Amino acid sequence: MVSAAFAVLMLTGFLFAALNGTMAEVNQALFESMEQSIELAISLAGILLFWTGVMKTAESAGLVKSVANAVQPLLGRLFPDIPDKHPVFGYIASNMAANFFGLGNAATPIGLKAMRELKKLNGNQDEASRSMITFLALNTAAITLIPTSVLAISMKHGASNPTDIVVPALFATVMSSVFAIMIDRFYAGRRSR
Amino acid sequence: MAVWLMPAIIAAVIGIGLYKKVNIYETLTDGAKEGLSTWVAIVPHLVVMMAAVAVFRASGAAGEMAAWLAPFLAPFGIPADVVPLAFIRPISGSATLSMLDQLMQEHGADSFIAKLAAIMQGSTDTTLYVLAVYFGAAGIKKTGDALKIGLLADAAAFFFSMVAAVWLL
Repeated sequence: MVSAAFAVLMLTGFLFAALNGTMAEVNQALFESMEQSIELAISLAGILLFWTGVMKTAESAGLVKSVANAVQPLLGRLFPDIPDKHPVFGYIASNMAANFFGLGNAATPIGLKAMRELKKLNGNQDEASRSMITFLALNTAAITLIPTSVLAISMKHGASNPTDIVVPALFATVMSSVFAIMIDRFYAGRRSR
Repeated sequence: MAVWLMPAIIAAVIGIGLYKKVNIYETLTDGAKEGLSTWVAIVPHLVVMMAAVAVFRASGAAGEMAAWLAPFLAPFGIPADVVPLAFIRPISGSATLSMLDQLMQEHGADSFIAKLAAIMQGSTDTTLYVLAVYFGAAGIKKTGDALKIGLLADAAAFFFSMVAAVWLL
């Protein structure tokens, strides 16, 4: 599926460039993107290392476990395949909380940790488990209270009340998350049949 | 408030760690090492995926396809100006952020189009990036229905953004 997405983007891009005479732009963008992706990777690295360290400490101190126990009643229903009160619930909840408060920088390292734990739970197979797909769906649906970068741009352009998009955006993201969980359920049901 | 959140979390982790007699320096550095291996796992995904997104955008294919779609979306009250943003959003967050910037420049930050675009940007995430990074970090090769679900959720988010912009603004 990801291979297909990759091929579609690349090949339609080349085809369009051939038809529209934008091959020079495509060449330039191709080389620029390689530079930019490494710049992005470098800018992620420090945060990733630091927060994985903080999470490891939180785990050793038993904090992840207590968060996991606290959210079990709620998240247990969303992730029926994860054993009761498993620490991974703590990571999932921390990731969602960080996303919710607009701490995307902290959310990603925690989410990646959660993903690796989910893989261990799935016997280290290279196939996405049901819980992994649900977790990914929740992350792409992105429940956020404070969309930081959007607010920054609104303020830059002198919006008279930049925060008035917060409630509508929260509504849209909550609704789309509910929808994501529903289609996730639908596909999970279809797979298990 | 947001500036207090991160320091508070870190302070709480250190405090409770010390109280529980955890060797916090060791767990911090051990965890960072684990973070490093995660990082190594995601870099190839970033480089390869961002190249495809760059080609698709630079060729003009993205803009052209959005232009084809616009007439079909007009009957639902979706302004043509925000269609490219909806189209690019799942593949590139930084690209749509600059599109949002342009829309605000053109129409003013208080216009309906600018607000709608801001809601669309704020209520979604870059599905392809999240998928590549999260599954890349865990070494998942068979992604199942994840991409489909992510894209459908994005479509739903845009629909509900419209609803929210009309009703809640």
